[in-house]
Amino acid sequence: MSVIITDNLTKRFPRVTALDRLTVDVQPGVVGLVGANGAGKSTLIKILLGLAPATEGTARVLGLDVATEGGAIRERVGYMPEHDCLPPDVSATEFVVHMARMSGLPASAARERTADTLRHVGLYEERYRPIGGYSTGMKQRVKLAQALVHDPQLVLLDEPTNGLDPVGRDDMLGLIRRVHAEFGISVLVTSHLLGELERTCDHVVVIDGGRLLRSSSTADFTQVTQLLAVEVTDKQSDPTLDTDKALLEALAAAGLTAKADGGRVLLVEIKGEETYDLVRDAVADLGVGLVRMEQRRHHISEVFSYDQAEEETAHV
Amino acid sequence: MSEATTPALPEPRADVIHDIGYRHYDGPRLGRSYATRSLFTLSLRGSFGLGRSVKSKILPMALLAVICLPALIIVAVSVYTKLSKYPETASYPHYLSIMQFVIAVFVAAQAPVALSRDLRFMTLPLYFSRPLTSRDYVQAKFGAMASAIFVLTGLPMLIMWIGSMLASMDFGYNLEHFAYGLVAAAFYSLLYAGIGLVISSVTPRRGFGVAAIIAVLLISEAIAGIIYAVLHVHGHASGAGWALVISPSSLVATTVDWLFGLSSRGDGPHVPSDLGGFVFLAEILVIAAASFWLLVRRYRKI
Ligand SMILES: Nc1ncnc2c1ncn2[C@@H]1O[C@H](COP(=O)(O)OP(=O)(O)OP(=O)(O)O)[C@@H](O)[C@H]1O
Ligand SMILES: [Mg+2]
Repeated sequence: MSVIITDNLTKRFPRVTALDRLTVDVQPGVVGLVGANGAGKSTLIKILLGLAPATEGTARVLGLDVATEGGAIRERVGYMPEHDCLPPDVSATEFVVHMARMSGLPASAARERTADTLRHVGLYEERYRPIGGYSTGMKQRVKLAQALVHDPQLVLLDEPTNGLDPVGRDDMLGLIRRVHAEFGISVLVTSHLLGELERTCDHVVVIDGGRLLRSSSTADFTQVTQLLAVEVTDKQSDPTLDTDKALLEALAAAGLTAKADGGRVLLVEIKGEETYDLVRDAVADLGVGLVRMEQRRHHISEVFSYDQAEEETAHV
Repeated sequence: MSEATTPALPEPRADVIHDIGYRHYDGPRLGRSYATRSLFTLSLRGSFGLGRSVKSKILPMALLAVICLPALIIVAVSVYTKLSKYPETASYPHYLSIMQFVIAVFVAAQAPVALSRDLRFMTLPLYFSRPLTSRDYVQAKFGAMASAIFVLTGLPMLIMWIGSMLASMDFGYNLEHFAYGLVAAAFYSLLYAGIGLVISSVTPRRGFGVAAIIAVLLISEAIAGIIYAVLHVHGHASGAGWALVISPSSLVATTVDWLFGLSSRGDGPHVPSDLGGFVFLAEILVIAAASFWLLVRRYRKI
């Protein structure tokens, strides 16, 4: 069963179109929603919670219509906002117990679930201290705990790694992975960093300016092709020559698919053993030095930048 | 870098190893009305600082003591001197109009507490991502504030009534006036809760809320008093009562007097006419209802 289905979902504000005919179908698992600032991620989450009406189109969460069954959705879903939302003067325990009761849990169940959930997100002794004294990482865990405390079927996590250092980020991503793997709860997690989500998610949806750029499973992405990363020096006898461009042309002439990845690295699709020889020959023919040639996994982020590059060229 | 195909789980650290696995919750989910009631109870207790720090108990508890203490003294004196009747200027509803500044200070101090925290710390999205709706939230907060004021104002009424029995005063008369006192308490509760909460809902800053509520409740009273006195002195006794429409406390006091045919406190203000009485009564109810409606509107767009 699909966890989230949207069909031509559109949200227009007076000045901007935050979501533009978005059609996605999200299966159980950990799903990443990636987009730059203002791409429409938070707007989508608010619509999915039934808190804001869509201008056009429809959406279903856990089979329930967001327009008419918002209450039932909010009983079954947990939400972690992107911004601060914790009062500093109460302890994590007090706060999460309160939120559990707001989800309809009886007082004793609320206390039990709070203790369990805080332990699962990795808060121990500190849970009795006022939240005001917590580190950003601990606060993010409390925010996650209040989204999980009522044992939802799906959690919507809006930029949970925001403001975390690399270690804190990895901890949070590991925790998110466990929410699905061990707790059996589906996850929709947003980020503007594709790189961090491709490690964590089963499926990634990329949106830009409210429009769907790409929706595919991470397995699809990684299966597609193997890539060869090639970097060459400038030509000593002719320093003004754009060697990257010349090499791209040479590779194309040799029947290979290659693209620049933005920096000085060229990514060449590996079609077989002969690809290596063709690249080496093309480099030698140009008379430039080979800085590196290494095999790479096909990262989604590379696919993403391909799409953006294509978008940009399409606009020119 | 090249072998990160499988979703990378960071190595579990020593402090995140969990002895017990995740357990699903299959107990009861009590839904919206339970959540609303929980929020109501929590907010009502919070109005008196219960379940909060010692510091936040001091003011509301002191005000509760201040409003009850004179009633206790009146009772003690009445029992001791075997009075047959409380002095009319200080009995039941009149007692509340004497003590109205205590009610005003209580509302100014506690209404912002009820709303400003959730606004300032942006906790509201967490409420509204749950079955609870913004209307439920307003109902719980309004109900809690009005109930807190009702406790504050009803308690001295109860003390006087119990005292009247201890002093063996006329039972029927005291029961009747106790009821008038409770009606006055209910009017104060609805009107003051409405005004206090609407003002608090506008600002996440507690200090501003406190100052604005004090200004509206006490300064309006002062201005109305001055206008009333000026008109009275210049022989516009009947029209003078209209000055009271801007003062919440006079509004309640004079409306209750008119409603139950009580003589006004001494030579004090009274409703301008029967028409005035209806207008005042309607004003109290309209302000209470309009505040509720404004609050619902205010919270809908979050
Ligand atoms: N209430 C609103 N009124 C008007 N415009 C809005 C409103 N909410 C969002 N927008 C606009 O809609 C667009 C999408 O916003 P949204 O917050 O969904 O983006 P986002 O992907 O979550 O961005 P970020 O990464 O910054 O959180 C933005 O251009 C934003 O300015
Ligand atoms: Mg956002």
